[in-house]
Amino acid sequence: MIDKGRMGAQTIHVRVNGKEIEIESGLSVQEFVESLDLDARLIVVELNRQILSRDSFGDVRVSGGDQVELVHFVGGG
Amino acid sequence: MMPTHIETGAIRDPLRVGNRDFSSRLIVGTGKYPDNDTMVKAVRASGAEMVTVAVRRVDLDRSREEGILFHLDPEEFFLLPNTAGCYTAAAAVRYARLARAAGFNEWVKLEVIGDQATLLPDTVATLAAAKTLVDEGFKVMAYTNEDLIMALRLEDAGCVAVMPLASPIGSGLGVVNPYFIREIKRRCDAPIIVDAGVGTASDACITMEQGVDGVLMNTAIAAADDPVAMAHAMRLATRAGRLAYLAGRMEAKEIAVPSSPTRGMLE
Repeated sequence: MIDKGRMGAQTIHVRVNGKEIEIESGLSVQEFVESLDLDARLIVVELNRQILSRDSFGDVRVSGGDQVELVHFVGGG
Repeated sequence: MMPTHIETGAIRDPLRVGNRDFSSRLIVGTGKYPDNDTMVKAVRASGAEMVTVAVRRVDLDRSREEGILFHLDPEEFFLLPNTAGCYTAAAAVRYARLARAAGFNEWVKLEVIGDQATLLPDTVATLAAAKTLVDEGFKVMAYTNEDLIMALRLEDAGCVAVMPLASPIGSGLGVVNPYFIREIKRRCDAPIIVDAGVGTASDACITMEQGVDGVLMNTAIAAADDPVAMAHAMRLATRAGRLAYLAGRMEAKEIAVPSSPTRGMLE
């Protein structure tokens, strides 16, 4: 997910689902979700404890130090 | 109360919750199945229209296939997200909001657990969360104890359904307190759906015979040796119990009464 080959690509650290990871800087939430090979239509994103509407995925950027939660529906009773 | 075309077995007797009719009085969970294929077959065999799902973190180390929407068509079933696993009102409210943001509906099966060993509900926290969620426009179906006063409080708070347990979650002990289930049904105007504790088909039948509006189960089907067959059994048992309730059972007497004429016997 980190494009080391790209010239000048800067990276940031974010906490995603409780795990610290390094990602390219400047990604929108949409791009970030797609970089994880996830279907943005099927997940809900909470950024720093704020739920993002799906319409805003393309506009909101992920910043260093962000806390991201990516959730979806699983089997349950 | 009694439909007139009961003998056909095909009467329209929907479960009405939150101004919406559901074709089945059985609501099923989607957890703990051996695999997704069995889950989908069992859910279909149950005849349930409303199915519960849980909200969890995406596992970033696994394939995208684990999401339940890859297996269950939200056009075919009405998804009822739960707040299972939440131990505080704040956590349950957070999970409910996340579930609503998925974009399907504003319904939630609210549960706030108070004790890890018994998984009994924290009814004080449940009531607090219910008030918050109702204010935010959620349709709240609240899991609770078989406690009349709390059922009345949850109804007053605006829950669209009150869901007392039959016995602890996943226990399969059946209805341990039919009297209080009946009392809750008698006193509440909100639909009463017994949630948790059913173990086998007779439990579902006995539950429905108490006159409640519906029954919700997961483990009894998912943990059966043949979940698809058990799902079908539960469908029939739920229906049988409902019809028996509507039919009005005979009075139980601790004395034998012959069914055949006592007169006309040979000398």
